[in-house]
Amino acid sequence: MLSRVADSLYWMSRYLERAEHTVRLIDVNMSLMLDEASTTANLSLERRWKRVLACLGHPGQIEWNGDFYQLTHDLTFSTRSHAAIVNSIAQARENARQVRDELSSEQWQQLNRLYHSMTAAQREVSSYNALTNFLPTVVYDLHQFQGVTDSTMSHGEGWQFIQLGRYIERAAATTTLMDVYHRERFDPPNSTSAGYEFLEGAGLLRCCSAFEAYCNAYTADFTPERITEFLLLNPDFPHSVRYSVDCLRSALMAIGSKSGLHVADELVRVSGRLQASLSFVDIDDVLSQDVGAYLSNILQQCRQVHERVFRLYIQYSTQTALAMN
Amino acid sequence: MSLERLSPAGAEMEHGQSQLFNDAEHFRNSMLRKYVLDGAYDEMFTAEGEARAHYRRLLDMFAHMPQEEIERCKKAADLSFLTQGITFTVYGEEQGTERVFPYDVVPRVISNTEWTHIERGLVQRIAALNMFLHDVYNDGRILADGKVPREVVYTCRHFRREMRGLQVPRNIYIAVSGTDLLRIQSGEFVVLEDNLRVPSGVSYMLTSRRVMKRIFPQLFRAYDVRPIEHYSQVLLATLRSLAPEGRPEPTIVVLTPGVFNSAYFEHTYLARQMGIELVEGRDLVIHDNVVYMRTTAGLKRVDVIYRRVDDDFIDPLAFRAESMLGAAGLFNAYRAGNVTLANAFGTGLADDKAIYAYVPEIIRYYMDEEPLLNNVETFLMSNPVHRQHTLENLDKLVVKAVGESGGYGMLIGPQSTAAQREEFRRRIEADPRNYIAQPTLEFSRAPCLMEGGIQARHVDLRPYILFGDKATVVPGGLTRVALKEGSLVVNSSQGGGSKDTWVVNDQSEGTEDAFTRS
Repeated sequence: MLSRVADSLYWMSRYLERAEHTVRLIDVNMSLMLDEASTTANLSLERRWKRVLACLGHPGQIEWNGDFYQLTHDLTFSTRSHAAIVNSIAQARENARQVRDELSSEQWQQLNRLYHSMTAAQREVSSYNALTNFLPTVVYDLHQFQGVTDSTMSHGEGWQFIQLGRYIERAAATTTLMDVYHRERFDPPNSTSAGYEFLEGAGLLRCCSAFEAYCNAYTADFTPERITEFLLLNPDFPHSVRYSVDCLRSALMAIGSKSGLHVADELVRVSGRLQASLSFVDIDDVLSQDVGAYLSNILQQCRQVHERVFRLYIQYSTQTALAMN
Repeated sequence: MSLERLSPAGAEMEHGQSQLFNDAEHFRNSMLRKYVLDGAYDEMFTAEGEARAHYRRLLDMFAHMPQEEIERCKKAADLSFLTQGITFTVYGEEQGTERVFPYDVVPRVISNTEWTHIERGLVQRIAALNMFLHDVYNDGRILADGKVPREVVYTCRHFRREMRGLQVPRNIYIAVSGTDLLRIQSGEFVVLEDNLRVPSGVSYMLTSRRVMKRIFPQLFRAYDVRPIEHYSQVLLATLRSLAPEGRPEPTIVVLTPGVFNSAYFEHTYLARQMGIELVEGRDLVIHDNVVYMRTTAGLKRVDVIYRRVDDDFIDPLAFRAESMLGAAGLFNAYRAGNVTLANAFGTGLADDKAIYAYVPEIIRYYMDEEPLLNNVETFLMSNPVHRQHTLENLDKLVVKAVGESGGYGMLIGPQSTAAQREEFRRRIEADPRNYIAQPTLEFSRAPCLMEGGIQARHVDLRPYILFGDKATVVPGGLTRVALKEGSLVVNSSQGGGSKDTWVVNDQSEGTEDAFTRS
């Protein structure tokens, strides 16, 4: 497979995952916002939406100015910010367009449809109600794209790069999310009315579409420790960091064996270490140390994997490659 | 869908024409009320207003179809083009503006007898042009014999001195071409121009066929339409037959200028249909005169390149240094015989508009046959007699710059202003070699679905010719339409559109419907 193609598929997939994550963050927070006590509404509105921005890594061009509708509308449709959902989807489509011959026509059509419905909504959605109704359709379309991808594209090297992109983005996003929530625990809002903890815990889980899965595992008993354990270390839930890293690593192994490169040792080591830091710990180990540091370390390792992948498969030097031919 | 309202195919034909015309009375008053029949050859009607045999079925179907149904079909076709992303990029507008290719749903029908003649004529023409290129870039016999003047050849913008003495596989320079034909008043097809560099449009031919089959299945079945879908397969076989010697399992790629090229959709489409890699210049690396592509498994050797990049941009070392679209060193690898390019370099020589005037002579010289397809009469401005005639008749002629294409750099005499004619007079006198003139052609019109009914619009025809170990012309091609009323310009960049072209077996009158009966 061409290096450029691998590059595009990888980024296409990352942008789509990013779009899905952003949609869910906005959607969940818009709905939780309605449950907030009206007396403290103003304060917690600000806390809530600033936290959303933090979870998205403080995107440029978008700031909290007291109007939540403006903020959510910008996060969805603003062409000024690269973090807006519309831009993630446009970027994904642009990457797909450059490798159209590698995608199945069903995939391309689904992505194209999503893009057109996004730009149509950009023109048409002008109210809070309309936005609330629109956002779930994006997730629906994104899920459909994933389904179409899995069922119409050969699960060869290209598909593995798509998997790699999706899970590296997901692992990083979930880790960032937990990091932000974790820091907040040391600075709780002064008005902790009854049910607040419940809403917060449920909200965090919903941001990872983990609410039902969590309840199945632990019943509806929300403790910070259990939530952390579930989102970080659960081996079976597709949005947990551990699960994402497991998938990421198996995609890397498949790519390694398909490309026939036997110099992937360093990548094997780096990704193996990342996997080990999630598979071979239990939650008490994590909580007894500096949780923030542990999470940053996971993020740092994800970044290393990304760099090694590029150095090995995509931006290698011609001289090295000629020497191996 | 309302197609089922048609009486069983065949029944209406047995009753003959009278029923058709009775039924059609209302139709003529509504859908056809704006259909103009005057001087120009009409594809559907004879001069007396009678439907031609191969169009009757089509006319009949439209006559029985409620107008809303027709509109619905048109919408379905548009939507299908949009979701498939069959768009082209419009230059000069906001970056990345994509438009759906304007498309007309009424197919253009050509009888097989007519087609057979076209096919033979095109194969003859391309064979002769290949021999011409080989001769000019090697021995130059035709120049020595004085059939084509040396100065015309050497002053061609697309003449490539670098090609002198270079041997290309099978002596085939033009592997892929798309020749523009017009049907003139007498009903004869003539050649307007040969596109021998990187002709585009074949993907529109292939995809619009697919759309037509979906929206008019019954009509399609009622006609015996010759298939075109094997084009990609034949293209692949053609490219494979041109591989350098000693490469029995050649790696073939399509080279595209990239996603911002207006024909990018076509490049991806063809690569996908052939199952080969679509590469850009930046994916290629040349080392020791061997071409490689960068893959996730390291460098992989490339043997045949179907290039959709113009000569000038293909190698910054050999040609335009500022080009970002090619690969440095590609031309040397080509000269060394380590890679084949299709088409070869320098084929633009043979589609120069001044050389065009000599093509009939070229065919006689190499093939020892009379040309089967005629040229449009052409005046060369470098010839004093021709020039004199042209300057006296600027208001009746079409003047074209020889190096331009796509409908640019033209003067259409009858539609021009005095100032424009004066401008061209000066240009011609300043640089006669750069201009030719042709009579204004009243070329044929075909039915198109426009706002408020079916109307006649001017059409041309671009069939696609593949030339490898054998010559193939897929039956049909791209029919381009000048959608503006009265317009003669069919280029998509200037308000043109396209429609599907059906080559139908003549006996299809009687052969339907074994399917229904069984």
